[in-house]
Amino acid sequence: MARLVVLGGGVSGHTAATFAAKWLGSAHEVVVVTPNSKWNWIPSNIWVGVGEMSKEDVTFDLAPVYAKAGIIYHQAKALGIHPEGNETSDKPYVVVESTVPGKEGQIENIEYDYLINATGPKLNFAATPGLGDANGLGEFTVSVCTADHAVHANHEFQKAIQKMKNGERQKFLIGTGHGLCTCQGAAFEYIFNIEHELNKAGVRDMADLKWISNESFLGDFGVGGLHMKSMGFAVSSRIFAESLFTERNVDWIIGAHVNKVEKGKVSYELLSGEMGEESFDFAMLIPPFAGVGLKAIAKDGTDITATVFAPNGFMKVDANYAAGAYENWKASDWPSTYQNPTYGNMFACGIAFAPPHPISKPMSSPNGTPINPTPPRTGMPSGIIGKAVAHSICDRILKGENAPLHEASMAHMGAACVASAGKGLFDGTAAAMTIYPVVPDFEKYPGTGRDTDYTFGEIGLAGHWIKHILHHLFIWKAKLKTGWTMIPE
Amino acid sequence: MSKKVEHNIKAYSNNFTTMTPGPFAIYLRTCKIWQLLRFIAINIKMLVVVSKSH
Ligand SMILES: Cc1cc2nc3c(=O)[nH]c(=O)nc-3n(C[C@H](O)[C@H](O)[C@H](O)COP(=O)(O)OP(=O)(O)OC[C@H]3O[C@@H](n4cnc5c(N)ncnc54)[C@H](O)[C@@H]3O)c2cc1C
Repeated sequence: MARLVVLGGGVSGHTAATFAAKWLGSAHEVVVVTPNSKWNWIPSNIWVGVGEMSKEDVTFDLAPVYAKAGIIYHQAKALGIHPEGNETSDKPYVVVESTVPGKEGQIENIEYDYLINATGPKLNFAATPGLGDANGLGEFTVSVCTADHAVHANHEFQKAIQKMKNGERQKFLIGTGHGLCTCQGAAFEYIFNIEHELNKAGVRDMADLKWISNESFLGDFGVGGLHMKSMGFAVSSRIFAESLFTERNVDWIIGAHVNKVEKGKVSYELLSGEMGEESFDFAMLIPPFAGVGLKAIAKDGTDITATVFAPNGFMKVDANYAAGAYENWKASDWPSTYQNPTYGNMFACGIAFAPPHPISKPMSSPNGTPINPTPPRTGMPSGIIGKAVAHSICDRILKGENAPLHEASMAHMGAACVASAGKGLFDGTAAAMTIYPVVPDFEKYPGTGRDTDYTFGEIGLAGHWIKHILHHLFIWKAKLKTGWTMIPE
Repeated sequence: MSKKVEHNIKAYSNNFTTMTPGPFAIYLRTCKIWQLLRFIAINIKMLVVVSKSH
């Protein structure tokens, strides 16, 4: 009997674990280690953050789902990996710390034959003074990165609406809280959902909305922007983004590294080197992401974290980490099997794998401050990669150690993405987009780096309907209800 | 009459060089019949990309 241990029960890890359990059956063990008792459909946190959904609408209990799937579930967080075992045993294992109420802090070792690291991001609020600290989100801004954060964000949002109803003007500042953030799409959704709700509440004219982000142009989204076919033209996402911001009367600051947050004020440095300050009454700034801080320890007890993980804490996989300057980047730098180069029975998927380099061109201010989006790994690629990795491991368990690995390079896959711009059955809108491939391949698709036959986008009510249907479909799938395997990642 | 979107443009500010939708383009965004057709079209486009990616 072989044992697969999956660290992290988010979008990528849950996909990997549930498919592995289905493919392996009861002859082998699938173990999930994840600190939360609930699964969260993170994209819908945006709607929680404006009071259009509750925490219960976007989460469900993991234990019954894993019981149904025959998955062994540890509510715990992984601390370290011992890929060579220890001095008394050659069997690799992970050290985990319980997060079950009443058992917090209890340590356990879990042996594995294969390991998937799908621990997602650490929300690194501490990177920007005032945005937060080692304990998480600070007191001056809100976040929508977790369901609990989103509940708190809505609480503050409702207070702001009340103030406007009482005649007090409010300024909303939404975007990224550091020069090296990713996930601009989430902030984009939040600012337009706020704008939509302010209209509904009849207080839009009492609000000033401003976007602040580390993108060098609006519509970069961490993927270097995208060109979409429209009216016979290949049009940059910059044009569409600027158009939408203008239509909804949202001003913007771009190329900004937020370097300090204080009560009602952020300080920032621009790509030009200029320093600035922006005031706010309500701010949601996405924190930069890092790896969750897992350690790796060799058999003799030496710390091999730097061998297994990149400096940003994400796990090294089969990527080309020596590509160097932007001019040398190639689509083939991107990993395809997600196998750790040192330990062949370890894989990383979703946000947890170390990308070879950003997708957007790296930039810095004259002062040397790097200001550019880091690469996003959105839901669809995270799910596809999780499934491919599970497939590879199942083949190795069932067909033998030399079974070929499955591939899922972000330079060969596309992504469908629907960004909400306001919720409502008949007055909601969302930007529905596809991008192919996610990582531009300028050799194959000279000029734009992408196939414009498969890269498109449009905003409208249809996009909102799709977004709302996807909310229910993905929760259905994650609960392993009838036909779940038919729903694509 | 509701304010025209182009009135949000401020000369020589960030948004001076952008394009803005006219009233018909904005109407189509939430026109139920048109959006039902777009719903079908977008789903087909997305399914093509999804099938190319798996
Ligand atoms: C507000 C917001 C909106 C978004 N909207 C969209 C969208 O509309 N469309 C889209 O495609 N993507 C969207 N994304 C991105 C999407 O959520 C991510 O791509 C996806 O969640 C990544 O999956 P993952 O499994 O890598 O990480 P996660 O889903 O974050 O899962 C990581 C898991 O690991 C667990 N974990 C953490 N530390 C440990 C540890 N030490 N040991 C064990 N487990 C651990 C976490 O608790 C979590 O369960 C959004 C993201 C945010 C924040």
